[in-house]
Amino acid sequence: MALTREQMAQRVAQELQDGFYVNLGIGIPTLVANFIPEGMEVMLQSENGLLGMGEFPTEETIDADMINAGKQTVTAVKGASIFSSAESFAMIRGGHVDLTVLGAFEVDVNGNIASWMIPNKLIKGMGGAMDLVAGADNIIVTMTHASKSGESKLLTDCSLPLTGKGCIKKVLTDLAWLEIADGAFILKERAPGVSIEEIQEKTQGKLIVPDHVPEMVFA
Amino acid sequence: MAGFDKVVTSYEDAMAGLEDGMTVLAGGFGLCGIPENLIQEIKRRQTRDLTIVSNNCGVDGFGLGVLLEDKQVRKMVSSYVGENALFEKQLLDGELEVELTPQGTLAEKMRAGGAGIPAFFTATGVGTPIGEGKEVRVFNGREYLMEEAITGDFAIVKGWKADRYGNVIYRHTAQNFNPLAATAGKITVVEVEEIVEVGELDPAQIHTPGIYVDRVIQGTFEKRIEKRTVRSAD
Repeated sequence: MALTREQMAQRVAQELQDGFYVNLGIGIPTLVANFIPEGMEVMLQSENGLLGMGEFPTEETIDADMINAGKQTVTAVKGASIFSSAESFAMIRGGHVDLTVLGAFEVDVNGNIASWMIPNKLIKGMGGAMDLVAGADNIIVTMTHASKSGESKLLTDCSLPLTGKGCIKKVLTDLAWLEIADGAFILKERAPGVSIEEIQEKTQGKLIVPDHVPEMVFA
Repeated sequence: MAGFDKVVTSYEDAMAGLEDGMTVLAGGFGLCGIPENLIQEIKRRQTRDLTIVSNNCGVDGFGLGVLLEDKQVRKMVSSYVGENALFEKQLLDGELEVELTPQGTLAEKMRAGGAGIPAFFTATGVGTPIGEGKEVRVFNGREYLMEEAITGDFAIVKGWKADRYGNVIYRHTAQNFNPLAATAGKITVVEVEEIVEVGELDPAQIHTPGIYVDRVIQGTFEKRIEKRTVRSAD
């Protein structure tokens, strides 16, 4: 069975470590915050200028001056800090964020990522995505393995305009956990009940399948 | 005005000197921390052919979106646009130009502009459409793009409190691009919720020192929320 959005978030959360500063993109990445293991301290960075993003406010505590990068009203946790956009991107571009999780349209065997622009459709902009992929060392891309019409999103060459070049090393799809190295996807784990054949069929770029590919384990 | 006193009492005075074809840097992220009343004053003046540098372009009927209503904007320099239907229409009709700029690059362009640094190198955008036509240099084995600084004829800024000398502090995440815009305007206008007497603000807590600021005005703000998200009370 393909993973649900929640299961994808849960699998990404297994990569968190105590003391990590983490930037979560919009969509599935945002859900990762719901699966931070108990007792683990993780600080969420929001690129509009907040380190230590907390939960949504109540009707009583809502504050128009307190939003996240998705423009949602939020709160700050104890120990949070707030700063300018330049400071925020100094953290991102300076490589100070321990883990970045973001979505994509396509990823290829050379670690290229396309996530912001579909030609002939309205282009809204890249926001902070280009800075995040260029600045971070540890990035996890979350996306479905193939489009609704069955076309692979794991390619030999991205077909869409890039967000970043050669910067992606880890991909979690609804079918598999993969790493990118030496011009290939390496299948590290598969979703429970998903066959290697199905993953091979839905991966257009070169796929290396080790002798043993364990199923993901969820607590 | 005398000495360091930057306070003006009318929005007309606050934006005096704004002319057609000028470049205006605006603080704000989405609708958070935007200079609402200074934007309204630009609309009232009907200044045209403006280049607006701002992370976003407001929404239909609020924020920078109101400057689209009478086609006052010729070009937007932003990282993310399209929260408003009018923007989309004018873009498709060719009435509006947009220069999409990565958010961190946009912030750094303003910071550099204010700090007298004409250009800088960044890894952001290498190998993407943003890098086309830009100089690439290799440092320590990695490619970097040259990005040029931005300055404006005007900067319009929203602060929380300012003293009469133009020292400004921002409130929560309404800070965002505001302190950067403030440094990079030939004329920097700050509107705040409260003007306090000189000496009331802690010098160590000032976000924007008054040296960057030319005019300060006190206003009242709607502070519209773009995406109201709440949890139920515990």
